[in-house]
Amino acid sequence: MNGIEIEEISKRYGEGPTAVEALTSVSLRVAKGEVVGLVGPSGSGKTTLLKCLGAVIEPTRGRMAIGGETIYENAWKIGDLRALRRDRIGFVFQAPYLIPFLDVTDNVALIPMLAGVGNAEARRRAIEVLEVLDVAHRRNASPSRLSGGEQQRVSIARALVARPPVILADEPTAPLDSARALTVIKILNDMAKQFDTAVIVVTHDEKIIPTFRRIYHIRDGRAHEEVRDEASV
Amino acid sequence: MISLAGRDIAHSRGKFFSTGVGLGLLIAVTLSMAGIYRGMVDDAMVLLDNSGADLWAVQKDTLGPYAEPSSVRDDLYRGLLSVPGVARAANATYLTMQVRVGGRDVRSMVVGIEPGASMAPGQPRYLVAGRHITRGHYEAVADAASGFALGDKLRIRRDEYKVVGLTRRMVSSNGDPMVFIPLKDAQRAQFRKDSDALWQERRRAGADPERTAAGQVRSAENFKAEQAANPYVNAVLVQLRPGADPDQVANHIRRWHRLQVFTRAEMEKILVGKMIATSARQIAMFLVILAVVSAAIVAFIIYTLTTGKIREIAVLKLIGTRNRTIVGMILQQAVALGLIGFFVGKIVATLWAPVFPKYVLLLHGDAVRGLIATILICLLASVISIRLALRVDPAEAIGG
Repeated sequence: MNGIEIEEISKRYGEGPTAVEALTSVSLRVAKGEVVGLVGPSGSGKTTLLKCLGAVIEPTRGRMAIGGETIYENAWKIGDLRALRRDRIGFVFQAPYLIPFLDVTDNVALIPMLAGVGNAEARRRAIEVLEVLDVAHRRNASPSRLSGGEQQRVSIARALVARPPVILADEPTAPLDSARALTVIKILNDMAKQFDTAVIVVTHDEKIIPTFRRIYHIRDGRAHEEVRDEASV
Repeated sequence: MISLAGRDIAHSRGKFFSTGVGLGLLIAVTLSMAGIYRGMVDDAMVLLDNSGADLWAVQKDTLGPYAEPSSVRDDLYRGLLSVPGVARAANATYLTMQVRVGGRDVRSMVVGIEPGASMAPGQPRYLVAGRHITRGHYEAVADAASGFALGDKLRIRRDEYKVVGLTRRMVSSNGDPMVFIPLKDAQRAQFRKDSDALWQERRRAGADPERTAAGQVRSAENFKAEQAANPYVNAVLVQLRPGADPDQVANHIRRWHRLQVFTRAEMEKILVGKMIATSARQIAMFLVILAVVSAAIVAFIIYTLTTGKIREIAVLKLIGTRNRTIVGMILQQAVALGLIGFFVGKIVATLWAPVFPKYVLLLHGDAVRGLIATILICLLASVISIRLALRVDPAEAIGG
């Protein structure tokens, strides 16, 4: 286990009669090596949940644990949330959002560098992950010279380089056609196993939903788990 | 840790350097303005240095001879020579006018000096070509900045003068080149009347040739002599003996000769504190405006660079970049822009300084002060961008 686990997480925006309950007692758990889908229509609360999971916004109450360590229990249990995000959560965004002024290697190596790892060692780690994702041959290229698929692989490499217990993928297939979307999901599945990390994919992309064995449906701020016998990926 | 600012600059170097060059041109104007002020002060100092005088004796209650008109009798210098501590004394006249040569004219300060007294105060120093004035009439020594050449025929009033010598850095406090001519010629030129004025005067005098305008009786010979001569000069320049106290000698002359006397320090105050004070304030205003404009431009550029990176800043924050790293990136870019601008500005100001019609003196001290001011302005100008970057929410990277 020891991927990510949340219990009874709620998030309320505002106070008094105008308060909005964006999440109500949401619980989920994702084991290391597992990929789950978080699906729901716009405004259902899935982005709010993702921000809570990513330690970007503070839940109102509940409990969260990453890698077996409780990071939130009605209040943050960790002082340095930046370090938490840097070392223990990987992010894959809807668009790759690579830093345009850094080459491929440094885009990936930036995270270990921020953690204080020396430049040479950080680049070695970056290239190692880039090789796994089959984009090491573009290591010196500027992001603007990469294809869309290559950019998305580099962004996955960036999420993986710190070997975090959990990766949060926010609509990672939204701008892609079916074939490329399925390729990205396959990569995430492979990486989850290879890097022993829990992956949560937020999506409302119908074409990739059948690929998940477990799905959490979010509707009106509440989560419902769906377990399938077979996944089609 | 890699330099994010350096990578960003390298990535958009064309845009960054062209912006730096634009800022550099503005800084060049700023440095040149400071150089123009320094040049004016230096011209004033050179004017005093090159006169070779320790004291300036001028008409009572005036700030002559450079700042106000002054008129003293041309035989007063003899009396001053007898004052204890005085080594030399010489008459001088100063007249700013257009001096014509060929088809063009040059704004010049025409200085009347005693010919053949090259050691006396007021004489042209630093001859770079030709010789001093040796004849009593119609010879001139001109500053090279006038553009005149040896042998040129200058026209001053109705007389022609041959350029026999050339000097350098002999200019008025306004930067006009000096043209030295014999004292008698200068006295005549200063008060020379045109034909109509002479005719009118003679007509009035003809009505009662034996009386002056004040009603005093005079002879016909006196009247003719009055018409032909001008016994006044603008100042008597005094050189002191070694060890003589300028204040003491000045006080003596003031008391016994009833003249206004200025020491070197007092003359400096008049030239710098009064004559070029308004210009200095004008230049100071320009410097303030240019500093504000530079700050606004740097602020705008850095702000534009930062707003263009909001998404990247959000991603950087989300993946754990500290605020101080992001602030450092913005500050480094601002300072880099300032440094590029400053060095471009310094080079451009140095290159175009000799082209200016007036002396532009670029001092190293001013350059260092300019560099410090540029860096401070850039740092201040980046405050808005830093506030913007610090307000960026890492959550902006999530949720499209």
